[in-house]
Amino acid sequence: MTQPLLSVRNLSTRFRTDRGLVRAVDDVSFDVAPGETLAIVGESGSGKSVTALSILRLIPDPPGKIESGEILFEGKDLLKLDDAGIRAIRGDRIAMIFQEPMSSLNPALTVGLQVGEPINLHRKTVWSKALDKAAELLGKVRIPDGKSRLNSYPHQYSGGMRQRVMIAMALACQPKLIIADEPTTALDVTVQAQILALLKELTREANSAMILITHDLGVVARYADRVAVMYGGRIVETAPARPLYKSPRHPYTRGLMASVPRLDGDTGRPLVPIEGQPPDLASLPAGCAFALRCKDATERCHRERPPLVESARHHFSACWYHERLAA
Amino acid sequence: MATIADPAVTAAAAPRRPRSGLLHFIGRLFREKPLGAVCAVIFVLFLLCGIFADVLAPYGYNQISPLNRLKPPSMKWPFGTDNLGRDMLSRCIYGAQLSVIIGFCAAGIATVISIVLGIVSGYLGGKFDLIVQRFVDAWMSFPDLIILIVVVSVVGPGMVQIICTLGLLLGIAGSRIIRGAVVSVRENMYVHAAQSTGASTFRVLWRHILPNVMAPVIVLFTTRVGTVILAESGLSFLGLGVPPPAPTWGGLLSGSGRTYMLQGPWLALAPGLCLTVVVYATNMFGDALRDLLDPRMRDSR
Repeated sequence: MTQPLLSVRNLSTRFRTDRGLVRAVDDVSFDVAPGETLAIVGESGSGKSVTALSILRLIPDPPGKIESGEILFEGKDLLKLDDAGIRAIRGDRIAMIFQEPMSSLNPALTVGLQVGEPINLHRKTVWSKALDKAAELLGKVRIPDGKSRLNSYPHQYSGGMRQRVMIAMALACQPKLIIADEPTTALDVTVQAQILALLKELTREANSAMILITHDLGVVARYADRVAVMYGGRIVETAPARPLYKSPRHPYTRGLMASVPRLDGDTGRPLVPIEGQPPDLASLPAGCAFALRCKDATERCHRERPPLVESARHHFSACWYHERLAA
Repeated sequence: MATIADPAVTAAAAPRRPRSGLLHFIGRLFREKPLGAVCAVIFVLFLLCGIFADVLAPYGYNQISPLNRLKPPSMKWPFGTDNLGRDMLSRCIYGAQLSVIIGFCAAGIATVISIVLGIVSGYLGGKFDLIVQRFVDAWMSFPDLIILIVVVSVVGPGMVQIICTLGLLLGIAGSRIIRGAVVSVRENMYVHAAQSTGASTFRVLWRHILPNVMAPVIVLFTTRVGTVILAESGLSFLGLGVPPPAPTWGGLLSGSGRTYMLQGPWLALAPGLCLTVVVYATNMFGDALRDLLDPRMRDSR
């Protein structure tokens, strides 16, 4: 593997709440290679978004705090930068696309101002030039007639268009890494596909890497090169997309796949839900976080937490019985 | 392009033309808030009266005419004359000028203080917010008039002193309103999005938060103009306002107005009526603005 673009090492982010310390992200490590798309998958509350926000140090402090770890981006530890340093990275080298296009655009500012802002901010371009560039970017994300739409306000755009605007904002400074936090959750299915295809195409064109955060396994299969599955604030399995689909080596990943309907192949197959509730991050069990919901959990699973080990080439799993699962 | 064009884009966006701001807004004001609209007209008239006092007033405010003392209202002197034969209409018009100057300057200072204090306190939150808000609590627990009297008796009466004191007084109290608005705006996703583009705290505050709290700011300013005029009159009535011969409405009430109330009731009625009408109009206009600018009512149009 070439030198990774982003290398997250032993990241732990915690939140102080009334119910105690919540380990939202616990000892998470992963790499993103230049131009690669890494999908982070998991259910609500598994720590996906907090991981993303931690990379750009956008965790509200208090109550949140990045407790330990390293986030190496192009060789620099983002956690050691001062405020001005991290601001220079945000939006310029690493851009972020948020979940809800309905609420992530400022209702009081025109679209042009918002798309042009990162350019004006990081490239110190005068506004007239930044707006020209903004119009060009709107064309790139296939908003017709970009020039005249610069003066529109977000409420005059539809949901899909707003997410296109968000993508245009993210691409404005040609970042090396784009973090898309569930970019299509609030959109309907046909628009979702368009947005993801567009995102993939534009990142490939710009040779940007992408961290795609989602709970939709269908999205992962189509757009990701590599997948990290998160559960209870930890990565439980990580592998290139194809082997992960073919032979998942963690019972949680297996459960996820069994619970998703498929249109190809075995359409008559019954859907199998994962029984139980996601774990309470404020009081994680001593052993494997998934043990309580795992059909094959043994006494050892409840007692000891399994480490993330390489089960096959580039395929890591945090299950004591990953070899048995492979068979 | 055709394959990927979002059908909802063209359909949903096209018919919604951007509404031309101010004209449309004035139309709404007259349709939905007739009383507010009438009060807005009075407010504007008052403003014009103040600005063009020198042109409008038939006599000078200090032009004495001993032969025409205490004349009741007539065609020549619509508001009558006072004990020195000065035209009350002219004095009231010049009084409006002082009220405009003091009202707008003090309300302006108050609004700026409220914005700065409210936005910083609301956005930063945490301990800073806690300390600032407790200070504001303590400040607001003093009756306004007491602080005013104390300050004026220390620095002496005068227009500049009154403007600064009232500005500070109302500014600190008003910051609470702006802070409340900021706290609710701050949690919006677009604020996080702005931070994620690398905007500095100042830039987020100035470009992303301030435009979203403009509605309460405008309302605050308008109602503050009324409050300031009333407070200034109160001070002048107590002899702590702008010193004579400046014809402030409060001064007119307390000076010749009170002394000659039985011989010439118009001396008290004229400035009293001006004061009542203008303050009432300002407050009702502010109320109407608040209702129209309320984001919860924005979709009901």
